[in-house]
Amino acid sequence: MSSIAIQLLNGLAGASTLFLVAAGLSLIFGVTRIVNFAHGSLYMLGIYCAYSFIGAFGTTPLGFWAGVLAAALAVGALGALVEIALLRRIYGSPELLQLLATFALTLMLKDAALWSWGAEDLLGPRAPGLRGSVDVLGAAFPAYDLVLIAVGPAVLGALWLLLYRTRWGRLVRAATQDRDMVAALGVNQKWLFTGVFALGAALAGLAGALEIPREPAQLSLDIAAISDAFVVVVVGGMGSLPGAFLAALLIGEIKALCIAVGLSKLTLVVEFVVMAVVLALRPQGLLGKPWEIVRAPRVEPPLRPLGTVAGIVVTIALATLPLLTGGYALVLCIDIFVFALFAASLHFILGAGGMVSFGHAAYLGLGAYGAGLLLAKAGWPMGAALAAAPLAAGAGAALFGWFCVRLSGVYLAMLTLAFAQIVWSVAYQWDALTGGSNGLVGVWPAGWLASRSAFYWLGLALAAGGVWLLHRALFSPFGFALRAGRDSPLRAGAIGIDVRRVQWAAFTASGALAGLAGGLYAFSKGSISPDSSMAVSRSIDALVMVLLGGVQTLTGPLVGAAAYTWLQDAIARNTDYWRAVLGAAILAIVLAFPQGIVGALRARFGAKEDTA
Amino acid sequence: MKKAVWSLLALAAALARPAAAQEPIKLGELNSYKVFASFLEPYRKGWQLALEEVNAAGGVLGRKLEIVSRDDNGNPGDAVRVAEELLAREKVQLLMGTFASNVGLAVADLAKQRKVLFLAAEPLTDKIVWENGNRYTFRLRPSTWMQTAMLIPDAAKLKKKRWAIVYPNYEYGQSATRAFKELLKKAQPDVEFVAEQATPLGKIDAGPVAQALADARPDAIFSSLFAGDLARFVREGNTRGLFKGREVFNLLGGEPEYLDPLKDESPEGWYVTGYPWYGIGTPEHRKFLAAYQTRWSDYPRAGSVVGYAAVMSAAAAIAKAGSLDSEKLVEAMKDLRVGTPFGSIVFRALDHQSTMGAYVGRTGVKDGKGVMTSSRYADGAAFLPPDAEVRKLRPAE
Repeated sequence: MSSIAIQLLNGLAGASTLFLVAAGLSLIFGVTRIVNFAHGSLYMLGIYCAYSFIGAFGTTPLGFWAGVLAAALAVGALGALVEIALLRRIYGSPELLQLLATFALTLMLKDAALWSWGAEDLLGPRAPGLRGSVDVLGAAFPAYDLVLIAVGPAVLGALWLLLYRTRWGRLVRAATQDRDMVAALGVNQKWLFTGVFALGAALAGLAGALEIPREPAQLSLDIAAISDAFVVVVVGGMGSLPGAFLAALLIGEIKALCIAVGLSKLTLVVEFVVMAVVLALRPQGLLGKPWEIVRAPRVEPPLRPLGTVAGIVVTIALATLPLLTGGYALVLCIDIFVFALFAASLHFILGAGGMVSFGHAAYLGLGAYGAGLLLAKAGWPMGAALAAAPLAAGAGAALFGWFCVRLSGVYLAMLTLAFAQIVWSVAYQWDALTGGSNGLVGVWPAGWLASRSAFYWLGLALAAGGVWLLHRALFSPFGFALRAGRDSPLRAGAIGIDVRRVQWAAFTASGALAGLAGGLYAFSKGSISPDSSMAVSRSIDALVMVLLGGVQTLTGPLVGAAAYTWLQDAIARNTDYWRAVLGAAILAIVLAFPQGIVGALRARFGAKEDTA
Repeated sequence: MKKAVWSLLALAAALARPAAAQEPIKLGELNSYKVFASFLEPYRKGWQLALEEVNAAGGVLGRKLEIVSRDDNGNPGDAVRVAEELLAREKVQLLMGTFASNVGLAVADLAKQRKVLFLAAEPLTDKIVWENGNRYTFRLRPSTWMQTAMLIPDAAKLKKKRWAIVYPNYEYGQSATRAFKELLKKAQPDVEFVAEQATPLGKIDAGPVAQALADARPDAIFSSLFAGDLARFVREGNTRGLFKGREVFNLLGGEPEYLDPLKDESPEGWYVTGYPWYGIGTPEHRKFLAAYQTRWSDYPRAGSVVGYAAVMSAAAAIAKAGSLDSEKLVEAMKDLRVGTPFGSIVFRALDHQSTMGAYVGRTGVKDGKGVMTSSRYADGAAFLPPDAEVRKLRPAE
């Protein structure tokens, strides 16, 4: 019994850190409505800064705590700088574009950390005076963890005082509820936003700095921290600090208990399972409230059909490529076809359906595994296995979509992420069937398709066919119903459209086509593994491709996929700092063309048509 | 006139041909330099040193060697694309490298499909030479199974009954755990495994894990943690007194890559496999150490030896084959003997595994740094299953 009690204490220590990161994210989202993807990077910088500051100040108690504080302040200052230099310019842009900008920031911050601190893990000092342990119920419990346990509630209390007992806090709360009204009342929003962003960043920095005695500074912390923080914020309810605290406690304790009772394998996904359950039962999170004010919803311009002639011409032009070269260009193009289809399928629900998915890679992966398993384990011929890919992914999408379409906005996005992580962890751990973390090998195309050109033509045909199908669907009554549901669910319902059903069908179709892309992907690589097909980074890639190309156009995802894949390939070969270059390129695009590449081209060259 | 032109052209062609023969031999190298930097930066220095040595000695087949190196992002999908790029655009003669098991297996399968030699330098997975072994893939580093087997004699000698196990929850940790349980059970039938903790790779929740292991009251612990996970585990375990009065075995724990960051907190008396570069007296290693330190003003890590030996193996294979033809290279790799800093190794024709070994010893702290004391070389050849068993594991060609 006492061992369970100790594990609960361990859970509390973990929960404190989770809460600090999540609190900053929640504050920033509440006021600025920016989903700050770079929050994990700020946390990571907190650890690195603390490592350097404490190194400079010396490992005395004063030096240690001054170093922790200095790290938090430095990260807060960086946050203010980012807000002033970047975010201020894009508050008017679509929310997803802001997400893309903060994603670009994570790429640049990661390389900045690599450049300043190097790639090796840096194990920081322990807290002087708190190196030892305290006897708790007969077990040696680290003294420092007791401090951490106290920090969480202390910060929650301090934030509460700040928000409820100061004028600034009142303004922050007002802005969280209705920022237009706050602006109308003459509050200088600029500095309010900068202040909130700096505070949120400082909290992330503090969370990182406080971890210095517990874990080494390393470059992979950013993604790990951001996904944990998102989960906590969403489970607690976006914008609710007590909710975030409760969620952090819940997740911290459940993790510790899993380890205590010998279910350690579950810790790989337990937070996502918790999130899926919470969102299925309480769509607004534990303590979240529905957003009250939606003034002047953004009206999307009507979609325009792609020119059939142009599409045929481009497809034919692409089809001649193998006659000119048999080399690497084909390999790269096959990747581009796969990702273009993948991005187009995401765009189908994201652009026309208004449903953002953070977990679209699940369907790429289901398709890839479906095809791979049928070929390698069931001995199906390649054609049949490939044909089964969209069915497998579609079935998964139908199942998960049923839950997802009941939510909206960030909650929906996070539920898709939860499902994707659950699927990933099943593939990762089910050794006997999926080959575990190694995945499956030997998934090669049939002999007559094995040559690069033959597979290129297959990829082109399937990608073009898939995109054509999506396109047809968008301009059928179904597609119009889907867009009606996006723009005004109430009115759409009033004229007899079953919005949820339409969205569910769209989600399923989108998943199926992502699965087709996955099947192609598996056969083009000859192997399939959880990390290559359904990792979070794959989902993010797809999102970046769609946003980069432009959400409001049909060619956007295709151009975005081509540009992103090609950029990544070309830059990575020429510099060690390809992430930073890629991030800078994305930022430049975001700032210069807030409508994405194709959107910008259309605005520049197609203006006449639009007004006509 | 026409004749003169033709003879001039013929002369030019004749001159051009030997010039073409002097072009360097291109080897394609791919690895996850960004993702596993602490292991792979020293690895890169190792292969660069070997490359310079080979070329200073006149190259191979009268031609210099050139290595085209790429980052594979630690992702099997990207790795296959990068490998295709090396083959199609750079026209490399063979592939080498990779670190993570899933990347290694994906590239091995590509090598089989494209019929090109692949020298898997780092991946530890047993499958790359056994279950998923293929004609074109050879592996340099001692595998998970081999390194685990190297720890078994010491583990069995202790006659500890209750064992707890902690491992990173992916193929490497799972295989190490499976092999350890199987081999120890064979050596000591009364052994009991009282707790097992599978921790997410890179995200160990060290406090609760250390506590759960302590609660199981084991006599000894077997761990296959490494890098950041190991550092966190050591810290929490030290603070919570988990290691007091318990024997601990840690696969790879003596590799400088993973031991050095722990500094004065390095555990004492752990049984580990690793690379005590400061305590190896063989002439081969002394020569390597001197050359490495002169070239890089730094000491070598385990990765350095692997990188160095990988290029030496590739050069030896090309020299033995006397040709760049993939099939001939594959034949040359079989039973190829190569001199490495660890002495002479052989790439077994039986399963394409090299007999490179590792050092086994116990950890200690010296001048505020973690070291391996009383280490001895465990020759890989002595820690492989019997041939008949290997034949059963590996598909026929």
